[in-house]
Parts: sequence; C-alpha cells; structure tokens
Amino acid sequence: MYRTIQIGGHTLAQGIFLRSLGDGRIEIDAGHARLSGHPVATPRSSETVSFHSAFRKALTGGHLRGGLLAGLTGLVLAFGGTTPAAAQDSIEILNVSYDPTREFYREYNELFNAWWTAQGNAPVTIRQSHGGAGAQARAVIDGLEATVVTLALSADIDAISERTGLFPADWQSRLPHNSSPYTSTIVFLVREGNPRGIEDWDDLVADGVQVITPNPKTSGGARWNFLAAWAYAERNDLDPAEFVGAMYRNVPVLDTGARGSTTTFTQRGIGDVLLAWENEAFLALAELGEDAFDIVVPSVSILAEPPVTLVDGNITSDAQRAAAEAYLQHLYSPEAQALALSHYYRAWDTSQAAPEDAARFPEVELVTIADFGGWPVVQPEYFGEGRIFDQIYEE
Amino acid sequence: MRAGILRSPSPLPGFGLSFGIMMTVLSIVVLLPIGALLGRGLMIGPADLWEMLNSRRIWSALSLSFRAALIASLFNLVFGLMLAWVLVRYRFWGRRFIDAAVDLPFALPTAVAGIALTALYAPNGVFGQALAPLGLQVAYTEVGIWVALVFIGLPFVVRTVQPVIEELEADLEEVSATLGARRAYTLRRVILPTLTPALLTGFALALARSVGEYGSVIFIAGNIPNLTEIAPLLIVIRLEEYNYDAAAAIGIAMLIISFAMLLAINAIQTWSRRRIGLV
Repeated sequence: MYRTIQIGGHTLAQGIFLRSLGDGRIEIDAGHARLSGHPVATPRSSETVSFHSAFRKALTGGHLRGGLLAGLTGLVLAFGGTTPAAAQDSIEILNVSYDPTREFYREYNELFNAWWTAQGNAPVTIRQSHGGAGAQARAVIDGLEATVVTLALSADIDAISERTGLFPADWQSRLPHNSSPYTSTIVFLVREGNPRGIEDWDDLVADGVQVITPNPKTSGGARWNFLAAWAYAERNDLDPAEFVGAMYRNVPVLDTGARGSTTTFTQRGIGDVLLAWENEAFLALAELGEDAFDIVVPSVSILAEPPVTLVDGNITSDAQRAAAEAYLQHLYSPEAQALALSHYYRAWDTSQAAPEDAARFPEVELVTIADFGGWPVVQPEYFGEGRIFDQIYEE
Repeated sequence: MRAGILRSPSPLPGFGLSFGIMMTVLSIVVLLPIGALLGRGLMIGPADLWEMLNSRRIWSALSLSFRAALIASLFNLVFGLMLAWVLVRYRFWGRRFIDAAVDLPFALPTAVAGIALTALYAPNGVFGQALAPLGLQVAYTEVGIWVALVFIGLPFVVRTVQPVIEELEADLEEVSATLGARRAYTLRRVILPTLTPALLTGFALALARSVGEYGSVIFIAGNIPNLTEIAPLLIVIRLEEYNYDAAAAIGIAMLIISFAMLLAINAIQTWSRRRIGLV
C-alpha cells in the first residue's frame, strides 16, 4: 500500500507502508530510506500539499502545457503567500545556521514540532539554510529573510545587528548562557596511536609537524582554534604572536571551512593533527571508525559558544514571533539538551541525556571569549585586515 | 527616415529590433555587473584603490592567478591542438567517445572536478602515491593549480581549433609536398599559419576562464597566503571581513589585467591574419 506521510512541519514523503508505530505514526519505505510520520488523510488540506500534487501532475501529465500550467499554479500557491489559506494557518521559520549543525537541527526541528503541536499549536514549517558562518551572516545582511540565526560565533551575529539593525545590539543577553544553548571546545584529532606523540599545544610548533586548520578569515570555527593556541601561549609565558605564527607556518593546507579541513585530514591523509571542534572530532570518530584516529585533549582550550537569536526585524506576525521564540527557548529544554549532547555538543542540562552522552566529555581547563575582551574587541584586533593574523603571513 | 546610430547598415530588415534585444540582454547580463564593479571603484577613488592593492599578499595572489592561468593555457594550446588534430584527421576505435569526453570539463561542476583531482593527486591518491617517490607533490602546491586549470581550459582550445582543422583542405598539404616541402616545413609554413587565429581565440578563452576560476582551484591549491592563495580566494576573504571596497579593488585589478591581456591577444590575432592574408 502506497501512503503519504507528514514529517515534521509540512514536509511530505511517500512510500510503501511498512508498519504502524502505535502512536498514530506509520513507517514507510521511501525508496532511499525508511521514514516515519503521521499519515496524511486528505491530501488537499494545505497549500504545500497542493503544490506537491500540482508538481506531480506537472511531471507526470501527458500534455506539456497542462503540466506547465499546473506547475506554475503550484509555484504561485507555494510562494505567493497572499493566498488566504497560506496567511491563516501556515507559520514559517527560516533558521539560518552554519555547516556542522545540519544533522542536529534536522532532528531538533522534528522534536520541536512534536512538542509545539502537543501544546495545541498548528505545526510550524521550518526551513533550514546551512553554509559557512561568515557567508550565512552576509546573506542575512544582504536580505535573506532569516527568522532565527544560529551561527558559529557571536561576532557574525554582531555583524548582522550592526549593519542592519534588525535586532538590538544586546541580543546576546536575551537568552541564558550568552544565548548559547550548546557549546563545544577545540581538541586535537591525531592519527591512530598518536605516532608524533602530540599531547599539547607546544607539540604543534615542533619542526616537521603538520597541522591542519582552516583559515580564520573564512571559517568561524578556525577563530576559536587560533584563540585557544593564543591562550596556551599566554599561560605558559611564551610570546603568543610568535607561538601562533610558528603554528600556522606548520599548516600545509589552509581550507576555507571546518568541514574542508576535516576532509583534508581524514580523506586526503594530509597532516599529523587536525584542530577540530570537539563535536566534529567525535563525529569523525563515529563516521570513520574509532581505530583510524584518536582524540587528544590539550591542557587548555577555549569554550566555543555558538549562539542563537531571533531576527526581530524579519518577523511578520505575532504568531510567527511566538513560534520563533518558542523554537529558540525550547533548545534549552532537557530533551533538546539531550539531543545536543547526543550530537557531541557540550550542552548544559544532562538530566535527560543518555549516561554515555553526558559522560563523554573529558575535563579540560577552558578559557572563554570574555577573557579576551569579547568578540567586538577580538574580531578587529586579531582578524581584521592587516592585523595579528594577517601579520603572520606578511613577514 | 531614421537617423543616427540606429540607421540600418544593411538592406537586411530587422536591424532595429534585433539590435534592441541584443543591447538589452547584453546590458542585463554583462554590462550592468561590470558597470557596478567599476562604479564602486570610481566611488573609492584611484588613490585609495592603489592603497588597498599595494601589499605583498595581493601582488603574490594576482601574479599567481595570472601565472598559473598563462602556464595552463599554453599547455592547452599545444595539447589541445594535438588532440583536435588527432580527432579530425584520424579514424580510430573510440574516437567519438573521446570527442564527447572533451566537453566534460564544461559540464562538470567545478567543485566536483576540484575534489576529484585532489583525491587523485593527494599524497595518498593514485597519482600522488606514484609521484611521491620521485619527490614530486602536486596537490596543495602551485602545480596542483596548473592541473586544475588545464582541466577546465582544455575544451576551449579543442573546440575552437577543431572546426578549422576540419575545413583545412588536404590539397594544400599535397601541393606543398609535390612542390618539394618536407613535412615539418609544410606544418610550419602551411598548416600552422592557417590555424593561428583559431588557436589564439581558444588560448584567449581558456586564459580568461582560468584567471577567474575559483571552484576547482580552492580544493587542490592549499590556499597558503603568498604561496598558493589565488586572487579570487582573496576576494572571498575580503568579503568575509565585510570589506566590500577591498574586494572590489581586487576585482577591478583582475578586470583591468584581463582586459589588457585579451586586447594584446586580439592585436596579435589581427597581425597574424594580415600576415597570412585572410582578412
């Protein structure tokens, strides 16, 4: 039996019926994967559905013109926004995020919608946009109508506030923990057995050690790497500029993003050590096998806080504001925190997490961005044009 | 009677309409973006532009971009001519397949090409492993950039030269031979002069394409400032800093240098046409 189900918001999938899950949801075989969701009884209940069926008609219809017309009607229905049905019952959230959160938000969106509808609300359509944090921030500045932004560091969100005024400059105090529902830190990923004996930051400046890290200019994550190395040098009475310069001279490939560096290290076999987000390092272990790499935790690292905020200026209705605010606040709920922990983020609330998720993270001394004076100070001083990072390559 | 520039230069009807459509499309697609870039440059002013451009890092990036594009296009000039010659003049098994494969670099997303080449030439890749004992490293060096640019530039030379070779009459070569010319002489004095304009066009196209190539190069380049950082990447970096002016400055510098190079190639082309009397 062929069935249509609804996954999360308005996303639909079709496939062969496999089994009933008991809670009203069913599982289907969609060809490429097994999916579960609520079966759709009357396939003309919402505009998204009419778009889907019109689109299907366009694809399968014998007459080209009829198909085209149906397709165009579907497009108008889906993007017009002025149709009465769309204005009344469809609330949409566009979450503009950075690269490594793809998997986390895919699951969180389902979790949120399940909770939101259980509160008696209509389901929310959540759209996701992922990319390098800097490029994503620029897209919002240039007019991408983000409802919420969830980026790698607050400097990128500051830039949006500063250049567009879409939300107040003190946005980071609007939610707990500096608006960072989950955090991470920077660790070393080394090859199995740690053949170069890399234990701490000072091993990275040794002759012949190859360090893989992305360019802090293009990667938000790489700025945390840079600052963690800087913090180590300061604590150990080394000249930080010289120390970090020596480390970057050991970098043979400067990728533009964190995932690019991970690929260079894991797939291309370049380098002895990868400076990675802890969640990316655990993910690499999970995906590529525990026997290929080891995680080394340095003596000091930095608390990386990827913050979230509401883009007030892009809110079009009270209902949308309520949903978007709930969307961000629910990130702090025990079940969302458990989800973040299972995606290898250091979340705050471990009450509902699986014990192995909560116990995974080794103790490490963490400096914070506040120790450096906060991003508004750090960003221009360390990463502005011609400043500390650029000077490494000016000599 | 219509006057001025729109006066029909030929008795063929429809000039006004087709000229109008052409100008509209050209403006929207080509002239407006370039105009916006130059407009930004004018707003910044030449003195500030120079200030922004005059750093070692930018000059090394610009010279790397143009040097690599030139080397790759020269390679394609020779290799592309040979490929086109073989495809036109000889019949062999798999000829059509190779003919179709020449277009692949056009069709493939450049990022895919970049990743595939990197996987092959990385120290743990198939070619990379073979080259390593010889002390050669391709991926993450300037040579890697050449390889990527050769890949994306090849079809431009082949596809511009191929039709001209097809038109080349074998009679000419036979006459040359019966008049006592040896093969090398025929090639040098009869065939190459006829092909020169098409070769130069293909070379110019490949060069222009390679200079601005970003997608495939960033994967294989290594992107180390002053060594393997190409100018388009520097533009992206400036954009990441929200420094739109500095990004525009590099863009304008690339535009001017490219324009000068294409102008020079055009001049050589005109000169060579005159010399062999094809005008």
